[in-house]
Amino acid sequence: MTEGYAGLGGYDGYGYDGYEDGNALAGPLREIFTVDVTAATCRCVSCGRTGEVATLRVYRHAPGLVARCPGCDAVVLRLTRAPHAAWLDLKGTTALRIPMSEDAVSV
Amino acid sequence: MGIVSPGFQGRPRRGDTRLPPGQYLTEGFPVLSAGPTPRIPTDRWEFVITTETGQEYRWSWADLMALPSETPTVDIHCVTKWSKLGTIWQGVSLDTLFTEVDSAADFALVHSYGGYTTNLPLEDLLDGQAWIAYRYEGEALAPEHGGPARLLVPHLYFWKSAKWVRGIQLLLTDEPGFWETAGYHNYGDPWREQRYQGD
Ligand SMILES: [Zn+2]
Repeated sequence: MTEGYAGLGGYDGYGYDGYEDGNALAGPLREIFTVDVTAATCRCVSCGRTGEVATLRVYRHAPGLVARCPGCDAVVLRLTRAPHAAWLDLKGTTALRIPMSEDAVSV
Repeated sequence: MGIVSPGFQGRPRRGDTRLPPGQYLTEGFPVLSAGPTPRIPTDRWEFVITTETGQEYRWSWADLMALPSETPTVDIHCVTKWSKLGTIWQGVSLDTLFTEVDSAADFALVHSYGGYTTNLPLEDLLDGQAWIAYRYEGEALAPEHGGPARLLVPHLYFWKSAKWVRGIQLLLTDEPGFWETAGYHNYGDPWREQRYQGD
């Protein structure tokens, strides 16, 4: 949270659309889930586009992480991290399909 | 990077009582963005206040420019912990825009071009506390800082000062906005450090 953010497009650049791809969610979501959610498939509520979480556009120079659909810019996922809690909002995706190992099922 | 000239008088030093708890001073003006930057030509810009009965009050850019403006010098406090003191803006007081508005609402939901929303009590927008700001430090407000016009409500955390402001919806019951539905405090008073829900 320092001044002079250097996202894509630049601090003083035109069109400050400084997003990164959904792999930027890997670390923050690893705090919450035991699986790699960036490999999960999500379906955009707004336009129906289906794709891996890793393909979302992540805006992180904000109070929280905002992941948007690359097809329609709608918000698919939001994650706010406070010192003692995290808020995960998934109302922009109909479901997450999370690839699982069959080994994980057998105890 | 510096937009305020170093010679600006009256800037308090670190530790000054103008700095709310948990905040640090910055000389720059960090750009925070939760999405693509909307580009709104002023000839297509409009601002709409919608009352709880559905009555609409509209201003074009030319209408806004024709209204008396003020040049508030204010301290701004971002929930990501930077504060910037003595920023100079130009804009129209919401008292001016609300003079003709007939409403019994207690709550406001602010809407922006690009889909952002934020909520606050209507009383926090009145009595000289809020402006539709279109100039910053003597220059037209840049798109990355919310231009052509943004809400300026400096007594609350800066996420309440919605960039690319498009309208205000007046409501009888409170309705949380973009960050207020994602863990952030419903009111956001920096002096009480109301950052997150439960603070
Ligand atoms: Zn979409």
